[in-house]
Amino acid sequence: MKKETLLEIRNLFIEGHYENRWNTIVENISLSLKRGEVLGLIGESGAGKSTLGLAAMGYTRQGCRLASGSIKLEGMELMGASENDLRDVRGKKIAYVAQSAAASFNPFHRIIKQYAEGPVRHGLMSGREAEKEAVEIYDRLFLPDPESIGYRYPHELSGGQLQRAMVAMAMSCKPDIIVFDEPTTALDVTTQIEVLAAVKEITQKMNKAALYITHDLAVVAQVAHRIMVLRNGKLVEEGETRGLIDHPQEQYTRELLNVRSLREEKEDSDRLDIILDIEDVDASYTDNVNVLEDISLTVRRGRTVAVVGESGSGKSTLARVITGLLPPLRGRVTFLGEELSPKLENRDRESLRRLQMIYQMPDTALNPRQTVRTAIGRPLHFYFGLSKQEAEPRIKALLEKIELDPDSYIDRYTTELSGGEKQRICIARALAAEPDLIICDEVTSALDQLVAEGILTLLQDLQNEMNISYLFITHDLATVKAISDKIVIMLEGRIVEQGTKKEILAPPYHEYTDKLLASVPEMDTDWLDTLLAERAKIFLEEDTHI
Amino acid sequence: MFASLKKAPLSARIGLCIVLINCFVALFAPLIAPYGETSVVGNVWESFSKEFYLGTDHLGRDLFTRMVYGARNTIALAFMTTAISFLLGTTLGFVAATKGGWIDQIFSRGIDIIMAFPTLIFALMVLSVMGSSTTVLIFTIAILDSTRVYRLSRAVAMDIEVMEFVEAARLRGEGLWWIMRHEILPNAMPPLVAEFGLRFCFVFLFIASLSFLGLGLQPPLADWGGMVRENAGAITFGIYIPLLPAAAIAVLTVGVNLIVDWFLHLSSGLHE
Amino acid sequence: MKNVILLILKRTLASVVTVLVISLIIFIGVELLPGDVAETVLGQSATAETVKAFRDELKLDLPPHTRYGVWLKDFVQGNFGNSLANGRPVSGLIGWRFANTIFLAATTALIAVPLAVVLGVLAAFYRNTLFDKSISVITLSFISFPEFFIAYILIVVFSVQLNMFPSMAAINASMSLGAKINAILLPALTLTFVVTAHMMRQTRAAIINVLSSAYVEMAELKGIKRLRIILLHAFPNSLSPVINVIALNLAYLVVGVVIVEVVFVYPGLGQLLVDSVAKRDIPVVQASGLIFAAAYVFLNLLADVLSMLVNPRLRQLAS
Repeated sequence: MKKETLLEIRNLFIEGHYENRWNTIVENISLSLKRGEVLGLIGESGAGKSTLGLAAMGYTRQGCRLASGSIKLEGMELMGASENDLRDVRGKKIAYVAQSAAASFNPFHRIIKQYAEGPVRHGLMSGREAEKEAVEIYDRLFLPDPESIGYRYPHELSGGQLQRAMVAMAMSCKPDIIVFDEPTTALDVTTQIEVLAAVKEITQKMNKAALYITHDLAVVAQVAHRIMVLRNGKLVEEGETRGLIDHPQEQYTRELLNVRSLREEKEDSDRLDIILDIEDVDASYTDNVNVLEDISLTVRRGRTVAVVGESGSGKSTLARVITGLLPPLRGRVTFLGEELSPKLENRDRESLRRLQMIYQMPDTALNPRQTVRTAIGRPLHFYFGLSKQEAEPRIKALLEKIELDPDSYIDRYTTELSGGEKQRICIARALAAEPDLIICDEVTSALDQLVAEGILTLLQDLQNEMNISYLFITHDLATVKAISDKIVIMLEGRIVEQGTKKEILAPPYHEYTDKLLASVPEMDTDWLDTLLAERAKIFLEEDTHI
Repeated sequence: MFASLKKAPLSARIGLCIVLINCFVALFAPLIAPYGETSVVGNVWESFSKEFYLGTDHLGRDLFTRMVYGARNTIALAFMTTAISFLLGTTLGFVAATKGGWIDQIFSRGIDIIMAFPTLIFALMVLSVMGSSTTVLIFTIAILDSTRVYRLSRAVAMDIEVMEFVEAARLRGEGLWWIMRHEILPNAMPPLVAEFGLRFCFVFLFIASLSFLGLGLQPPLADWGGMVRENAGAITFGIYIPLLPAAAIAVLTVGVNLIVDWFLHLSSGLHE
Repeated sequence: MKNVILLILKRTLASVVTVLVISLIIFIGVELLPGDVAETVLGQSATAETVKAFRDELKLDLPPHTRYGVWLKDFVQGNFGNSLANGRPVSGLIGWRFANTIFLAATTALIAVPLAVVLGVLAAFYRNTLFDKSISVITLSFISFPEFFIAYILIVVFSVQLNMFPSMAAINASMSLGAKINAILLPALTLTFVVTAHMMRQTRAAIINVLSSAYVEMAELKGIKRLRIILLHAFPNSLSPVINVIALNLAYLVVGVVIVEVVFVYPGLGQLLVDSVAKRDIPVVQASGLIFAAAYVFLNLLADVLSMLVNPRLRQLAS
């Protein structure tokens, strides 16, 4: 059966209106999508992939317009089509799965009603028929209690469940093409598996075509037949998935692929001083439930301890306990040999100085009304009493350390800088205090992959040079594999396993560690299929045992 | 900031003109007014002439002079009241947001109770017992109005307070006042400045209304609201004099509102 | 359903407590004056007899808590004391006046609320068009004008020049509904202009907010027609903020009505309050003040309760 072309985009230009004029945000993109084919659109933020995905439906967001080119959906030209014609194909021929399921469902109506809305309004079937089909699809997408889950309201479902419900909703009119816009970005790694399996189910077993938009190359390698690499609205490279991953042609693609490189490892010798010692800590926000239980770990000088966990594991709470924002119910925290006061207010300036923190969102971690000079200079003044003149050479030296040109950056406002630059300033701010330990709270999670790579390299270099210890909090195992000396794995407020990197990443595994490690997508295109097949085998074996 | 002034739309420029003219008149009133504030110089309700630019009022005083002094009195009073209200409300709001805990609870509950009273009624009741001296007016209205400022400044401060740079300052060991002054205040300026404009309008209208009811500034002081009241009888004779001070009140309020609108438009644009 | 009812009861209780606290403040306000209350209030007319009459009327010789208790008991029974100005029972003065004020306020609300909501929705829908911008300018003017300005303009146009409506809104129980409406048309119109302007702007903002949410975009991407999106997706989620807007402004109406009553010499509670304040007739001021405040609190309560009923997260508890 010859595969027909469902979507044909030729020389598309999309423009966005800002700074009082129209700017090109997608430049001269052409693509074609055949029935049953999955095309991955990959790129960093700002690459234009979402805009392109929406354009495939003839839709642009506020302030954007389809400037020129052609978008043919099953032979129909969408460019310049009337509102009525566009509404007719949307949902019916091509459907959209958004990044945030929680925001995309109307909180007012039940899930299943929102499923049924599409097919009923497009005149495809009655409400009752649609609801019956909904249950079937919920089942196929591995949602729990498929019979009843649809009759709940959006706020009653978890993130992963909502995401799958949204995928189901996209399927309701049985469109030929589905646009997946970063569907798993907001989910935990272990939940992501479920959604990816659902996507695979739809695309392979149900023979739908799909545009899969993501920034995660390993994820797209699992589901796409072909991949297009985008950067700043332009096409960098495209090709068959296997081929592109094994033999990338362009430098940029190569950089994207190399991101998971491992780094050198350091021993955690007992001869090294213990910088931070946490003993038997319990913590809680309310009277009933403990958010942390029985936490004990140590950090030695010049070493990196990675604390890994998914949402709800308590890793961020741990940071708050260490810094004194949340006094523990039990246990103690010892820093540089002295016990730290449980409350921040009671700690002396020296202990505060030697323990610094870097945050996840560089945009909110810096005061937008301050210049770089003030941001880095304040700790110098506050801790060391340096005057403005005395501080200047120190600030410039720090800027050099973080690889930013001192003269051009020192008087700029922090809002003018990019995410990566801001994060570097945050690092400089922490360094200015000359700390012994820096707590890095998800410092690369909000950054693009290449930028994150740069930050991690910088942190490693600084550690080598200045012998600083890091407590690195993250959910991203790939980062952990790259930079840690010791790993602490947390689940629901407890430490499940901890040890050196070698110990943790080699079998035998604790059950949860196993699950966590297995859920991280590999660059291997067969990874997902293998994983799912193994899981199916386990289910089968369990069944036969009954 | 001044670069954006050049790009300002027509409405903002009109607003700016109105406000500047009023400020000028208020500041230089004694130099501008041809007669004394309370001098009777002509017949009752004379029409406008070269002697009396706007005619005379119900006692024969030059209306132009009364308008000029009225600008000074009403605007000065409104401005002072707004300033006090703002100072009070913002300080309490920031402290409540930054300190949190029981301080926040006590402040907020207390203010909720005051806000449960309709402002006019509360003001009327206080005035009935304590009389209408200028001091009583200023402080009553300032305290009542500060509740709204409290709500807004607290909300703004709380939005800023959850940002990590405030926590970073806390972890550094910075004190409460330093954080409020250097981290929170600079970032709170745009909404606060806009709110000042809006509160001024409200206070200004409120004082004018109280004066109109005879409970504001007492005669013989010139005051736009009071002037409307004094000359109200003229309407039935087809003399539209009371409309003049009323229109002046309206024009100034519109002017301030136009500027505030433009300012809000600017600052929200920056955040996107 | 049970949870929602519980929440409503809690909220209602809070309101009742608030009114009690307000009554306490009103009552105590008199206490906190420096010097002797009677002499301060009576001022120049303070003679031995008037002072004694004053003290007797306000029962100033009893200890405070007893006094409050007596006052409260009387109040609940409908006895508001006697007016200092003419010695007549306050309840007699207030009753029919309050009814008149309600009549005026209700008429205004009936016109203003639908008008404001419709205009707000239309402006949000057609935002940044000429229609929206003109409405924006007009409403900005109205919220900047003092009520008495609008009132006098209306009087000038409709009363003096065109002689269509009376400039003094005198009504009494014997008039027919039509005649009453004719009498209060100008004051109601004045109030309508101001209240509608406020309400419309806030409604517009609330709806624009809802229209830019992700679930509205999702509905567009599902190919749903515009009208249905507005009615089924945008509207239910705007109910809560819009109800809040309406209630806030109705509370504002309570205040605005006072000015309008004075301009049009309308025999309502507002006019009585202002007169009594000028005459320092404390019992009347206390009683009318408390009634106005209670109405204000009640309207806020109504807004909160309706908001709760409309909130999907709470409705879910009902099923």
